[in-house]
Amino acid sequence: MSSTRPNQLFRNISSKIAAIPMIVTALFVFVGGTIWTVVYSFTNSGLLPRLQWVGLDQYERLWATRKWLISIENLAIYGLCMLVLVFVIGFILAALIDQKIRFEDTIRTVILYPYALSFVVTGLVWQWMLNPEFGVQKVVRGWGWESFTFDPLYSADIAIYGVLIAGIWQGSGLVMVLMLAGLRGIDQDVWKASRVDGIPTWKAYIFVIIPMMRPVFVTTLVIVVTGIVKIYDLIVAQTGGGPGISTEVPAKYVYDMMFQANNLGQGFAASTMMLVTVALIVIPWAILEFGGSKHRD
Amino acid sequence: MQNSVEIKNLDLQFGAVKVLQNLNLEIGKGEFLVLLGSSGCGKSTLLNCIAGLLDVSGGQIHINDRNVTWAEPSDRGIGMVFQSYALYPQMTVEGNLSFGLKNAKLPKPEIAKRIKHASEVLQIEPLLKRKPAALSGGQRQRVAIGRALVRDVDVFLFDEPLSNLDAKLRADLRVEIKRLHHKLQNTMIYVTHDQIEAMTLADRIAIMRGGQIMQLGSPDEIYGQPINKYVADFIGSPSMNFLEGNIKNGTFEMGELSIPLDGYEFGDTGAATEGAATMGIRPEHVVTGELVESTPFQVDVEVNLIEPTGSDTLVDCEVAGHHFRVRMDGQSRVSVGEKLRLGFAPARASLFDAKTELRL
Ligand SMILES: Nc1ncnc2c1ncn2[C@@H]1O[C@H](COP(=O)(O)OP(=O)(O)OP(=O)(O)O)[C@@H](O)[C@H]1O
Ligand SMILES: [Mg+2]
Repeated sequence: MSSTRPNQLFRNISSKIAAIPMIVTALFVFVGGTIWTVVYSFTNSGLLPRLQWVGLDQYERLWATRKWLISIENLAIYGLCMLVLVFVIGFILAALIDQKIRFEDTIRTVILYPYALSFVVTGLVWQWMLNPEFGVQKVVRGWGWESFTFDPLYSADIAIYGVLIAGIWQGSGLVMVLMLAGLRGIDQDVWKASRVDGIPTWKAYIFVIIPMMRPVFVTTLVIVVTGIVKIYDLIVAQTGGGPGISTEVPAKYVYDMMFQANNLGQGFAASTMMLVTVALIVIPWAILEFGGSKHRD
Repeated sequence: MQNSVEIKNLDLQFGAVKVLQNLNLEIGKGEFLVLLGSSGCGKSTLLNCIAGLLDVSGGQIHINDRNVTWAEPSDRGIGMVFQSYALYPQMTVEGNLSFGLKNAKLPKPEIAKRIKHASEVLQIEPLLKRKPAALSGGQRQRVAIGRALVRDVDVFLFDEPLSNLDAKLRADLRVEIKRLHHKLQNTMIYVTHDQIEAMTLADRIAIMRGGQIMQLGSPDEIYGQPINKYVADFIGSPSMNFLEGNIKNGTFEMGELSIPLDGYEFGDTGAATEGAATMGIRPEHVVTGELVESTPFQVDVEVNLIEPTGSDTLVDCEVAGHHFRVRMDGQSRVSVGEKLRLGFAPARASLFDAKTELRL
C-alpha cells in the first residue's frame, strides 16, 4: 500500500456518481423551490408570480388575519393533543399486544387498518360518525339515552377535537406497529433479569425498556410530527374548515390563498412561516441529536 | 447433607410439546451442579422453571425447604446470570447493581455496602460509573454476576454465561467462577453445553436429553462409567470409539478378533450377559509403543490419517471395520500408511447392550 492517503474526493467514486442525480434533484426541487418561495413572499404576486417588492407587507397582513391566527391555534391544539395521545395510545396498545396474546395478527391488522385508508376516506367516515343525524349520537339515543349529545363538529369551540378523534383513530395503528417492532427487538433476557430483580412491569417499561427504545421513538416522532404539520386533507374532507373558520389549519390557509384567493404572495408568506416554525423545532433537535454524537456514549 | 433445591416430578409443556417430563432432582447446599446436554434438550427451560420465569405444568419446586412452585422469581432467593448478559443498557454499572435493591427499598448504606463487596469480589470497582456499552464482554458478564451477587441469595443460576466470550476469556472467567464458588459456598446451578466447563466446574453433572436427566453423577463417574451409549458418546473429546460385536464366554468377539473381558466390572448382574453388545473405549485409553506389551488386548492397524493438535496427536485407523481413533503424545512421530500396534485394557472400556444401549 502507498504511504500517502488517497484523495478523499475519489473514495467511493462510483457511489458518488450514482448519487449525483438525487443530489441535483434535491438541490433544484427542495432548496431551489424553497428559496424561490421565500423570495416571492416579499412581492405582491397575485394570480401569477411577479417580482414587485413590497417588503414585509405580506407578513403584516398575514399576522393581522384572524383566519391565520385561528389556523395556528388549531394546529397547536391538534398537534399537541395528537402527539401525546397517539404516543400514549400507540404504546399502550403495543405493550398489550406484546403480552403474547392470542389472535395477535388479527388485532394488529384491525388496528393498523385505518392507517391504510387515505385521509379523505378517514375524514368522510368520521364526518358521518360524528353526525348527529346518523352517527354515534343517533345510535346511543336509539339505545334509550334520549338526551345524549355528541356532535363536536357542529360547535365551533370544539370542532377541532372532532378532527382530533379522526386523526388519532387513523394514526395510532402506525405508532403501535412501530412500537411493537421496537418492543420485539428487546432481548427477552432483559425482561427475565428485571423479573428476577423484582421490578414491577410498569417500572421496567419506564426505566429499562423505553430508554432502550430511543431510536424507535425518534423515528416515530419524526413521522408523527411531519404528519401533523402538513395536515390538510383530513380537514378538507371532514369539516372543510368549518363551522365558520373554526377548524382552519395553516396548510389549508396556504392552499386557499394560492389557488382560490389568487393571492400567491400571501400564500408564500404563510408557507414561509410554516417553514420557519418547522426549522425552529428541527434545527436545535438535529444539533442535539447528531452534532454531539461524538460525545455520546 | 441438607438439600438446597428440590425438584419433584416436574412437568413442563409448551402447548402440546412436552419439554420436561417427570423430572426429579435434588441439589445439596453449596453444591455446584452443571446441567449438560445438547442444544434443545431443555436445560434453559429447567433453569427458567427453577427461577420462576416459566410456569410449570406439574410437579413442585422447593428452595431451602420452602415450596416456591408458584412464587415470584424475586421471592425465591435466587440470582440469575444470562448468556446475553441482559444488563440494563441505559444505566451505569452501579445503576445495574442497585436497581433491584432500590426497588426493594433497602436502606442506602446497605446498598452501598453490598455494591462495594460485590465489586471488590469481581474486581469491577473502576467500572462502576461506566455504561455497559463501554465494557468488554468479559467485564459485562462480571457485572451480570455482580447483579446476582448483590441480591445476597443462596442459589445462583447461570444460563451459559460464558458462551458469548472468546476461548481465552472463557477459560479465565471459568476459573473465576470456580473461585467465587469456593469463596461464597453458594449453591450454583450452571447450564452449559461445553463439556470442559462442566468437567472442571461441577461437583455433580446432570446429563440431559429430551427433557430428562440421563445420568447424574460426579465428573469422574460420568466420564468413567457412562450409564448408556449416548452419555458415553456425548462426554469426551475426541469422542469414544465404539466397536460392535458379541459377548460369549467372557470374551467380546468381533469378527476374527476376540477381546478378553477379565477385569471389566459388570453392572447389576456382576456377570457377563451373553449377546450382541457394543464396546466403547476412549482414544486416550488406547496405548501404543512399548506399553502395548502389558495390555491384555493388542491389535495391528494401519494409520489412515493424523491430526496433530500440539499437545497430542490424534491417529485415525480401522479396527475390524470400525473407525477408531487413538490419542498419542504430541511428540510421537507417526506417518500415514505406517503400521501401528495398539493395545488397551478392557477394564477401562465400557460395554453397552446393543439393543437398549444401557451399560452392562
Ligand atoms: N416458548 C416456547 N414455545 C415452544 N417451544 C419452546 C419454547 N421455548 C423452548 N421450546 C422448546 O423446548 C425445547 C427446550 O428448549 P431449551 O431452550 O430449554 O433448550 P436448551 O437445552 O437450553 O438448548 P440450548 O443449548 O440451545 O440453549 C426446545 O426443543 C425448544 O424448541
Ligand atoms: Mg439454552
